[in-house]
Amino acid sequence: MSKQVTLTIDGKQVTVPEGTLVADAAKTVGIDIPVFCHHPKLEPVGMCRMCLVEIGRPIRDRATGQFVMENGAPKIQFMPKLETACTNKVEDGMVVLTQSAKATEGQKGTLEFLLTSHPLDCPICDKGGECPLQNLTMAHGPGKSRFLYDEKMHLAKMVPLGELIWLDQERCIQCARCIRFQSEIAGDSVIGFDERGRSTQIVSFSDPGFDSVFSGNTSDICPVGALTTADFRFGARPWELDAQASICTQCPVGCNTTLNTRREAKAGGKIVVKRVMPRQNEEVNEIWICDKGRFAYHYTEGKTRLARPQVRKDGKLTRASWDAATKLAAEHFQKAKKNFVILASGRLSNEDLFNLKTLSEHSEGRAYLYSHMGGGELTSLVGVGEGTNFAKMGAGTTIVVVASNLYEEAPIWYLRVKQAAERGANLIVMNARETKLDRYASFVVRYVYGDEVKAVSDLGKKSKIGDSFLKSENAVILYGSDGLGVSGSSAVASACAKLLNDNGFVGKPNNGLIGVWSRANDQGAWEMGFEVEEDLAKALKGKAVYIVGADPVADDPKLAAALKGAEFVAVQDVMETATTEIADVVFPAQAFTEREGTLTSGERRVQRFYPAVPVTGEAKADFSITSQIARQMGVVLEGTSVSAVFDILADSLKSFEGLNYARLAEVRPQWPIVGRSDLYYGGTTYENTQGMGVQLSAAAMRGETVSIPKVENEAVARPKENELLAVPVTKLYDRGTTVLPAELLHERIGDASVILHPEAARNLGVEAGQTVNVSFNGVSGDAVVKLDDTISVGVALIPRSMGLAIREPVAVKVK
Amino acid sequence: MAHVLLRHRDIPDINKLEVYKKNGGLEAFENAVTKMKPNEVTDVVKNSGLRGRGGAGFPTGMKWAFIDSKNWPHYVVANADESEPGTFKDREIMENNPFQFLEGVAIASYAVGANAAYVYLRGEFWQAAAFLDEKIAEMEEAGYLGRNLFGTEYSLKIYTHLGAGAYICGEETAMLESLEGKRGQPRVRPPFPPSYGLYGKPTIVNNVETLTNVPLILANGADWYKGMGTTDSAGVKIFSLSGRVRKPGNYELPFGTTFRELIYTHGGGVQDSHKVKAIMPAGASSSLILVDDDKILDTPMDYASVRTIGGDLGSASVIVVDETVSIDWLINKTIHFFRHESCGKCTTCREGTYWMSHLTERIHEGHAKTEDVDLLLNVAKQMQGKCLCALGEFSTMAVVTGIERFRKDFDKAVKA
Repeated sequence: MSKQVTLTIDGKQVTVPEGTLVADAAKTVGIDIPVFCHHPKLEPVGMCRMCLVEIGRPIRDRATGQFVMENGAPKIQFMPKLETACTNKVEDGMVVLTQSAKATEGQKGTLEFLLTSHPLDCPICDKGGECPLQNLTMAHGPGKSRFLYDEKMHLAKMVPLGELIWLDQERCIQCARCIRFQSEIAGDSVIGFDERGRSTQIVSFSDPGFDSVFSGNTSDICPVGALTTADFRFGARPWELDAQASICTQCPVGCNTTLNTRREAKAGGKIVVKRVMPRQNEEVNEIWICDKGRFAYHYTEGKTRLARPQVRKDGKLTRASWDAATKLAAEHFQKAKKNFVILASGRLSNEDLFNLKTLSEHSEGRAYLYSHMGGGELTSLVGVGEGTNFAKMGAGTTIVVVASNLYEEAPIWYLRVKQAAERGANLIVMNARETKLDRYASFVVRYVYGDEVKAVSDLGKKSKIGDSFLKSENAVILYGSDGLGVSGSSAVASACAKLLNDNGFVGKPNNGLIGVWSRANDQGAWEMGFEVEEDLAKALKGKAVYIVGADPVADDPKLAAALKGAEFVAVQDVMETATTEIADVVFPAQAFTEREGTLTSGERRVQRFYPAVPVTGEAKADFSITSQIARQMGVVLEGTSVSAVFDILADSLKSFEGLNYARLAEVRPQWPIVGRSDLYYGGTTYENTQGMGVQLSAAAMRGETVSIPKVENEAVARPKENELLAVPVTKLYDRGTTVLPAELLHERIGDASVILHPEAARNLGVEAGQTVNVSFNGVSGDAVVKLDDTISVGVALIPRSMGLAIREPVAVKVK
Repeated sequence: MAHVLLRHRDIPDINKLEVYKKNGGLEAFENAVTKMKPNEVTDVVKNSGLRGRGGAGFPTGMKWAFIDSKNWPHYVVANADESEPGTFKDREIMENNPFQFLEGVAIASYAVGANAAYVYLRGEFWQAAAFLDEKIAEMEEAGYLGRNLFGTEYSLKIYTHLGAGAYICGEETAMLESLEGKRGQPRVRPPFPPSYGLYGKPTIVNNVETLTNVPLILANGADWYKGMGTTDSAGVKIFSLSGRVRKPGNYELPFGTTFRELIYTHGGGVQDSHKVKAIMPAGASSSLILVDDDKILDTPMDYASVRTIGGDLGSASVIVVDETVSIDWLINKTIHFFRHESCGKCTTCREGTYWMSHLTERIHEGHAKTEDVDLLLNVAKQMQGKCLCALGEFSTMAVVTGIERFRKDFDKAVKA
C-alpha cells in the first residue's frame, strides 16, 4: 500500500494515499470543492480556476527537516496566492481552507468570469437540472451581471461535431474535459481546440466527424450543456426522468447502465426509455459506455415489436391465445422426441437459458447456442473468475489479445486493456491484420489466416516474446473470432486454454481465458452447457425447432432453406424478424428493458438488470414462455419468479453456487465518487446502488482437475485462381436486429461491404465505393468495395451481420 | 567600454566564424568540455551572479543546478521567442553576434549534460532562424558541434524551431508544448522544466541574452562579470529603449545605470522636449511607473531598485511615455494586445482580458461612466493571483497601476 498522508481540510482531518490531489482528498470526506476542468479520471490541468483554495504548509526547519512548532502545533505558512485544489498534491500537515473569505472570493470571481459569455439559457438547455454550472450559479452566482449584455459573445448553437454529438459553442466553457477524455482515455484524438483566447472553440478534425465509438461519454462529463447527444437533445428535462439500473446487452463486456425513462406524449402516453447512461462499476466499465450501448437501445421500442402470440392458420400468422400457442408448440416438440432442437442466442438471460437447457434435457432434445464462435466450454474451466479486474492489471501481468479487434467487438475492454498496458502490463496483440490496439502493445504478432493455433502455441516457446509471457505473474488471454468460424475459434480456444493451463495461469484472480463473444450472455449459455454446432443447417433440417432470440433466416440463406424444410418452427423473439415470418408459431418476448434477469459477462460476472418500462402487449419473459411450453410437455419449470429460477440455477451449477439476487445487488464503495448532488465532480454518470454483480468461480479455481481437449488445426480453405480468401470480421455497428432499428447509427452502419487491399482491388479492376458481386460457398450478394492497405493482398474481409452470410474463412469470387 | 553582448558593434565581422574565433570565440566552450566538469561550469555561472534576462531575473546558475540528474536525457532550450512589445534585443544578438549566442547554448548544454539543444524562435524570425541554421552548420563543419567534440565523449546537436505566431509561446512551458508539436499553452507549474520539461524530461530554458553572457563569463571569470553592475544585479543588460524618445534602440549598459542616463544620454531625450510622464520598464507587461517627481529618473535600473518605485525591470524593454499620451489610450492598446494573445486555457485570462478590452474600449471611446473605470479596476484585481500563467497576471499590471496612478486621465476620458 502506498504511503498515507494526513492533512486538514476545513478543519477536518483527512488521511489519503500519497499523491492524491487536494480536490480528491476533500471529496473523500464530503467536502465538495467546485471544479469544472478537473475530473478524477483525467490528468490535472488547472485551467478553469474554479477550485481556488487557500493552502498552507507547515514550515520545516532547514537544518533538521522537522516542523517548526508554534503553540504546540506546527507553524503553518499560507501562500500569498490562492492555489488550485486540482493540481496540488496532498502533503503531511497541509492545511486547506476551501470556504474562507479569500477562497470564496476567488471561486466567485471565476464563476463570474465563466458567466460573462455563457448564455444562461438553462430553460431550454438539455443539461438544465443536472448542470454543475447551473448549480454553482444558483448557489454562488451574483444576482446581477456586471457584464453588459450587448458585449456577450454570440456563437453558433447547433454545431454537429459528428452526427451523434452536437456542440453549443455559446455554452462551452473551454474546460477541455471532452478533448482530454478523447486523447487520454479513449485514445481517439479526434476533437481539439481551434483558435485561441475567447475565440477558442471545440472542433472535430476527423472524417467522419467525431470518429470515436466513445463519443457519448463526452456529453456525460461536459460540465455544461455544450455537448449533447443527437439522441437525447431536446428530448426531455432531466428532472422528469426516472432511473432504473440495467446492463447493456450489446456485447460481452456487460457495462452497467441506467435507463432513464419518461411518460411520453409522442409515444401515445407510454413510458419509454429516453436515454441510456453509464452506471459506475469500476470493475467493469468504470463510468463509461460505448456509443453502441448508448444509442442502439431503440430496437426495444421499434414498430416491429411482437405483442401477441401468433399461430399459422391457412398459411397466415394469426393471433392466438397463449394457451393455444404454447400447446401447439408443446405438442410438436413432444412428438419430435430426439428431433426436438432448441436454438437460443446469447441475447437471453441466464434464467431463460437455464429453463431452455433444462427443457432440452428433460425431453431428449438438443440445445444449441446460436453463435459463430466456439470454445466456450473452456472458459468455464479455465476462464477468469472471482477477483479478476482489468483495473488491477499492470506491470507483472501479460494480456494476450488474439484474433480479436477489441475496438469494434468490445469497446470497453479495449479501453481497459489499453489502460492496463499504459500501467505497464505486457500486452501481446496477435492478429492477421492491424488493429487499433496494436499501438499500445509490447509485442504485435502478425500471422497468416489459418496459423492462429501455431501463433498461440509459440507463446509457450522460448523466445523474447515467449519469455515475456512465461515470466509474468499473471496472464489473461482474450480470444475472438476475427477471421474465424466455429471450428477455427474452437481450435484457438483450446490452444489458449492449454497454454494457460500448462503454465499455471489458471485458477487464480487475474488469470485465465476470456471469450470475446458477439452477444451479451453467450458466456451464460456456455455455463449452462449449451453447445455450438458447426453445420447448423444440417442440425435444423427436418426437426421441430424452437428458436429463441435469434434470426437465422435473415442471417444465412442456407439456414433459411433448412428451416423451410423443418418439421415445425416455433420462434420466440422481441420483434418481427425474417424468421418469425416463416414460423408456425410466434411467441412475443419481453425486451430487457421490460423485465428482470441476469446476464453473465465475458469476464464471467453475473449481473442483474431491472425492469424500466411497462411490458409491450401480451409479451412475456422468455423463461416464463419456456416454462409454459414445458408444462404442457409435462416438464415442470419455474415460470413466475425470475429470482426463483436463478435460485434453482445456482443450486444446479457449481460455478453459480451460493449466488442469489440479493448478493448480486450488493455494492461496494467506489472511487471516484460520482452521481451525487455535485455533478461537477464526476459527470452525470449514475452512482451504482443496485448491484455490482458477482464473478463466477472457474473449475480450475475450485481445485477441479482440468483437461483441455486436443488442439486441432483448422483446415483453411485455399482459394483458387481468381479467388481470394474471404474472412469474417466483426463490425461494431452492424445490421443486426438489435442495432439496425437505431436510425441514428445508420450513417455508421452503412451497407454490405467487402474490404480489399488496394492491390487486390487493382488486380480485380475494381475501385473503392464500387458495388461488386461477391460469391462464396453458394452465397452471392452485392457489396461495396472498401480499401485497406493494412490487410494482406490475398484476403477479402467481409463484415458479419452486414448482409453477406459468412460463417468461416472461405474462398470467394469478387466480380 | 567594449560591449559584452553587442560585440558586433565593436567587431563588425564577428558573425564570421574565423573572426569570432580570432577574438577568442569558442575557446570557453572547448576549455569547458576538455578541462572542466559540468558542475564546475555551473559553479562559475552561479558565482558570476548572472540572472535570467527573459524577465523573471532568476539566478541562471541556480537554475542549471536544479536539473534532475536522476532522469535522462536532458535538454536545453533557448528562448528566442522575443515577443514582448518593446523588446528587440535577442533579435539583434542572433542576427549579428550569432556565434556567441550559440556558444552560450553549447556551454549550457555541456553544463547540464544535454546532447540536444533547441533554439525556439518566434515565427516572424524565420530569417534569423535560417541564418542560425547556417551558423550551426558552420560550427558542425568546424567540429564545434556534433559527435565526440574535441575528442571527448561529449556530443551536441543544436536545432532551430520556429513558432507559429503566439506570444504565449514565450512562456517557457507553452514553448515546450509548442516544441513538442502541441498547442502552445502553458502547463501548470510546478513541476518546473528542470525536473519536467521537454517531452517530460529535465530541461533548462534560458533566454537568448542570458546565454550570450555565458561564453565571456567562462572566459574572463565570475569575478570579472560581478565587477560590472550592482550587487543585486550583476553584469550588463541590453536595454531596449522605445516610446517617445528621440533615439530608440538597444543600449548595452551595466545594471544600475539610471533611467535618466538611458533616456537622456543614450536615447537623446524625449521627442519635442516633452516631459516623461510614465515609464513601462518591461514592455506591455509592465506596471506604469509614475514619473511625477524628477528624482524617479535617477533610480538605478536593477531588479531591486526598480521595485522601490512601483515597477519591475523585467526584460528591460523601457517604453517612455510622455505627457502627450493619455493613459486610458495606452492601456486600451495593451489590453487589446493581451486579449488577442491570451491562449484561452485558463478562465481568468480568457474571460478577464476579453471583459477588460470591452471596458477599456468603452472608456477610451468616451462611452463609459465613472463606474466603468471602477469596474475595470475591480475586474483586473479579480484576475490578479488567479491566472494559470504570467500572461494573465501581467495583463492587469498596466490597468491597475494605470488607473491607480493616473486616475485623472480616466476621469477625463469618461467626461468626454
